[in-house]
Amino acid sequence: MKALLIAESRQGKILPGSYETLAFANKIGAEAAMFLVGSEDALPKFDGRLYLADVAAAGEYNPDEHLRLLLEVVAKESPQLVVLSHSSYGWDLAPRLALALQAGQVSEVVACEGDTLVVPACNSKLQRVVRAQSGVTVVTLQSGAFSLAGEPAGTPTVEKLAAQAGAKLEFAGYEEAEKGGVDLSKAEIIVSAGRGIGKPENLVMVEALAKALGGEYGASRPVVDSGWAEHNRQVGSTGQTVAPKLYVACGISGAIQHLAGMKKSDFVIAINTDRDAPIGEVADVLVVADLKQFLPALTDRLQK
Amino acid sequence: MKILVCIKQVPDMESRFKLNAAGTWYSDQDLAWRMNEYDEFAVEQAIQLREQAGDAEVVVLSIGPDRVKEAMKKALAMGADRGVHIQDDASYGKDPYQIASAIAAYAGEQNFDVIFTGMQSQDRGSAQVGLLLAGMLGLPAVTTIVGFEYDGSQATVRRELEGGLKSVVKLSFPAVLTCQLGLNTPRYPTLPNIMKAKKKELVSLPIADLLKVEALVTTAATRFPERKGGGLILEGDVGELTEKLVAILKEKTTVLK
Ligand SMILES: Cc1cc2nc3c(=O)[nH]c(=O)nc-3n(C[C@H](O)[C@H](O)[C@H](O)COP(=O)(O)OP(=O)(O)OC[C@H]3O[C@@H](n4cnc5c(N)ncnc54)[C@H](O)[C@@H]3O)c2cc1C
Ligand SMILES: Nc1ncnc2c1ncn2[C@@H]1O[C@H](COP(=O)(O)O)[C@@H](O)[C@H]1O
Repeated sequence: MKALLIAESRQGKILPGSYETLAFANKIGAEAAMFLVGSEDALPKFDGRLYLADVAAAGEYNPDEHLRLLLEVVAKESPQLVVLSHSSYGWDLAPRLALALQAGQVSEVVACEGDTLVVPACNSKLQRVVRAQSGVTVVTLQSGAFSLAGEPAGTPTVEKLAAQAGAKLEFAGYEEAEKGGVDLSKAEIIVSAGRGIGKPENLVMVEALAKALGGEYGASRPVVDSGWAEHNRQVGSTGQTVAPKLYVACGISGAIQHLAGMKKSDFVIAINTDRDAPIGEVADVLVVADLKQFLPALTDRLQK
Repeated sequence: MKILVCIKQVPDMESRFKLNAAGTWYSDQDLAWRMNEYDEFAVEQAIQLREQAGDAEVVVLSIGPDRVKEAMKKALAMGADRGVHIQDDASYGKDPYQIASAIAAYAGEQNFDVIFTGMQSQDRGSAQVGLLLAGMLGLPAVTTIVGFEYDGSQATVRRELEGGLKSVVKLSFPAVLTCQLGLNTPRYPTLPNIMKAKKKELVSLPIADLLKVEALVTTAATRFPERKGGGLILEGDVGELTEKLVAILKEKTTVLK
């Protein structure tokens, strides 16, 4: 089995998902080559052949050109599998590649079982076991599902690709998230509000519990998107990554993008009306209750 | 300007799911259905663009059994002009390649200026249909947009990356854009608009007229994930629950001084 792994670099750094593609290849015993649009100054640690296109020439977001370069490499390597991260780069590039190759694509793989791949469905409440019907298969890996046993090591043999400028999409630069406000990554106790709070007025219950515990309050994305809390309070893959001693998730279902931001917490308590909510998977204690009754009761009890 | 929005109807994710008889997907009995959350942002963006462009039409399209017309009616009540329902009782078994090719077969002759889709469906979550459709129609596509502006000739979109970083991308129409949570604030259909929507055109076309390709990926089985975490589950009276939880906090953590 031959796999082509798609590494990622952004603003001069190799992204950690690159090594997850390698962990996946190791796990299935595939022979691996790597592809990167990046720079010689920041190469992935990898003992193998690396096809490298210069990001200064290709552009950091220029999917047409990245696809063209990738197709060149696929033609040279004839892999059975092309492996990407299920990241903003990976989910944008993978279907373009799959279509060009008339290949099946399997998104957000969490496991490999024989000749089948396992992917989540319905907010991880279900799993699908799938099989690609094409000669070459494109897969994207759920972030964190595969990791290397040790630190990444090695030096690649670089084979350069000639990138061309010009694009239908004009990449006009980056915009950073607003900085300032609280730094949740330093908080030892975080109580977070999810959509289950129902309305913005109920945020005070979450704030009150945070205060009673001597911690900060955080939020899931819908609470931030609705303007009920500031973006710097958002926990998850597009917000903060936190690892407090105690994380209390109130009315949060536990989507993978939320878990990505808090699963390293020492102790997790979830309060949810849904006994099957996926947050149960990472919670040390799942309290099945309506937060509107439970939070004030708990806050009262702690203040005694 | 002609605008297409593709929407999917999905179950409420708080449902207690059961499997279908073949064990290939969830059973569609006893579920509450709604519009895929990501697609609500797509519908809203399409309507805002029509309001801005003036002389424009928003067509909403959905593939699925008759019940998906409920989600389409919501889109019509939000302000879409007409609906195209592609009737398929077995749409749950189609892979993203087939779904996209059926949409492409319909859209190919219509010359839409812009097509909005959700970045992913909540049940299947493949994040593929929008890009496959764009590829089939030969259109440029930008995924995961959280910002959209149109100046009459060019669109500027914000594409969301990890950690809150965004890329700013400029493009010309025709194009496909896949919408991410938070792109806008989807409007609630008002009662008068719900009434008006009942009179809007909603045609059904059989899937067989549009779908000509086989699946590239098939589902062998659907199952419940094995519970690995398996923490403690507390249920019951709120007073007792708080006592139990405080005892656990004292025993297992150092946060209560
Ligand atoms: C690319 C990408 C990036 C993302 N980044 C992030 C991110 O950084 N952070 C993030 O949080 N999300 C992120 N998301 C969104 C994520 O997928 C989920 O949509 C989101 O986390 C859901 O938030 P929630 O759990 O608050 O809401 P829901 O999923 O709607 O869950 C609400 C929960 O509240 C419970 N509930 C309802 N009423 C009550 C009550 N009265 N008492 C107790 N419980 C109740 C329900 O049972 C349910 O479990 C991202 C998504 C994508 C695609
Ligand atoms: N059955 C369908 N009918 C119409 N549009 C769909 C359908 N399935 C998926 N889509 C669109 O494609 C997007 C991505 O879906 P997916 O690739 O399944 O994650 C959705 O947000 C919808 O906009």
